[in-house]
Amino acid sequence: MIRFDSVSKRYPSGFDALSQVNFELAAGEMAFLTGHSGAGKSTLLKLITLIERPTSGQVFINGQNLNRINSGQIPYLRRNIGVVFQNHQLLFDRSVFDNVALPLQIAGYQRAEVGRRVRAALDKVGLLNKEKQNPIALSGGEQQRVGIARAVVNKPPLLLADEPTGNLDPQLSAEIMQLFQEFQDVGVGVLIASHDLGLIKRINKRVLGLSEGKLVHDGLLTAASYAPRPATETGL
Amino acid sequence: MAVNKGASRIASRPEPARASNHKNNNTGASVSRSNTSDRISSYLAHHRVTALSSLQRLLATPLQSLLTWLVIAIAIALPAIFYVGLQNLQALGSGWQASGQISVFIHKRARPQAIQMLQAKLLAAPDISSAVYVSPEQALAEFSLSSGFGNALDTLDDNPLPPVLLLEAAVSVSSPEQLNALALQISTEPIVDDVMIDMQWLERLYQLLALGQRAVLALALFLALGVLLAVGNTIRLAIESRRDEIVVVKMVGATNAFVRRPFLYTGFWYGCIGGLLALLLLAVALFWLSEPVARLADLYQSEFRLQGLDAFVSLKLILASSLLGLFGAWLAVSRHLYQIEPR
Repeated sequence: MIRFDSVSKRYPSGFDALSQVNFELAAGEMAFLTGHSGAGKSTLLKLITLIERPTSGQVFINGQNLNRINSGQIPYLRRNIGVVFQNHQLLFDRSVFDNVALPLQIAGYQRAEVGRRVRAALDKVGLLNKEKQNPIALSGGEQQRVGIARAVVNKPPLLLADEPTGNLDPQLSAEIMQLFQEFQDVGVGVLIASHDLGLIKRINKRVLGLSEGKLVHDGLLTAASYAPRPATETGL
Repeated sequence: MAVNKGASRIASRPEPARASNHKNNNTGASVSRSNTSDRISSYLAHHRVTALSSLQRLLATPLQSLLTWLVIAIAIALPAIFYVGLQNLQALGSGWQASGQISVFIHKRARPQAIQMLQAKLLAAPDISSAVYVSPEQALAEFSLSSGFGNALDTLDDNPLPPVLLLEAAVSVSSPEQLNALALQISTEPIVDDVMIDMQWLERLYQLLALGQRAVLALALFLALGVLLAVGNTIRLAIESRRDEIVVVKMVGATNAFVRRPFLYTGFWYGCIGGLLALLLLAVALFWLSEPVARLADLYQSEFRLQGLDAFVSLKLILASSLLGLFGAWLAVSRHLYQIEPR
């Protein structure tokens, strides 16, 4: 699904965000991407969504070399990747329904099909009764779930999440993670960038640990194997 | 959504069998593929929806939109009014061309008998169909009545107007050369002070009209540029105010065409409705002018009435205005949209 082959990214400022990152995420696999701020989590996700291009190395999505994708093809590639943002990036000038419908409208789905899929996605995240509301009227957890519904409405084979629980309390965070696990259960590949080690430990999935742009950990998280930050900072 | 909640979670890494099972679960959901005819119809539907929602967006801020529409309307109505004026002058000119009129100004000290003799002589000539004598008193009375200078004229000691013979050339005399020859012949009469052919000022009028047309064209071009800039700037602001939305839709796979579309429609609506308003302004202006013009024409015993734009030209005006709006939006979009990318 995702393959990073000696990927490095240096920003024009000279900052090395990633250096020589190698990993592979199989189709339908779920993994966490962790590391402190500035470790390169966001950059890694941006390389997958083609917001940024690697300075060297190659990124493959579904066997497709992203270096060979020109800017005109980017939108079509992005339609196969659902993205959940920390600040959910909802549009407050339209209803919950219209927010979730956006990827389908962009992909050119028929009206009836859009309605069917949007309701299915909202049902999945438990917000079917809020479809007509403006997302600004929803709680933080609900807004994040609308964001998730939008990310999965197009049934992408890959779901990326950038600090999806960053602004949520532990109870809500656990619910959101439960949702991601349910998507993985039906075969969606899920990659979640998070520094919430407590949550990550409880879920017990593969963890990719980044530190100063290098992949320093790959595997299940145990107390001995990886501790990117002092426990006091992460609240453990 | 074909999410199967019942699917058991076996391991964190899916086995090959699970992966294929996934495909079966998502029947027909092969990501973002839909068949071609569906695509075309939904593409057209999206155009319709975008066109409508762009208009609704403009109507949602009526005052702001109206200001832009008025700017466009005025910029388009102004050259259009001049254009209509020129058209009317041209129509007026061509109406006069048919009748070769000659004004014969008589020396002020000419004796009435001499004038009468000349009038009779001219009437007898085959080239001349009518010769009307207008005495200085008559001319002054008519002038003071129609010009509004009545009081001012009363203060004059002398009547400054000369006696005039208004000649109408026979139908056989149609070309300017023939009229010129006739005028030259009349000017040799001893009591004739000056001969004026209306043809002469008609020619000048035509030259002036040609000049006017150039001026109107130049004005139209300048104002079209103004419309482009006005629409472009308005669209630039619209793009700026929808920056977040642009980032989001690009992130979920919108093509540049998709992002561009609402702004192009917005530009189109600015131009289209601005053009309609311009026609309205033009109609109001013509209505306002039509009565005095009709009265003026009546004073000249003319059937002339002010003509507006015909339907075809009106349609072209709206089309041109719409295209200007579209092009203005396109300029703004191509300059500003690519700068907004997800970060």
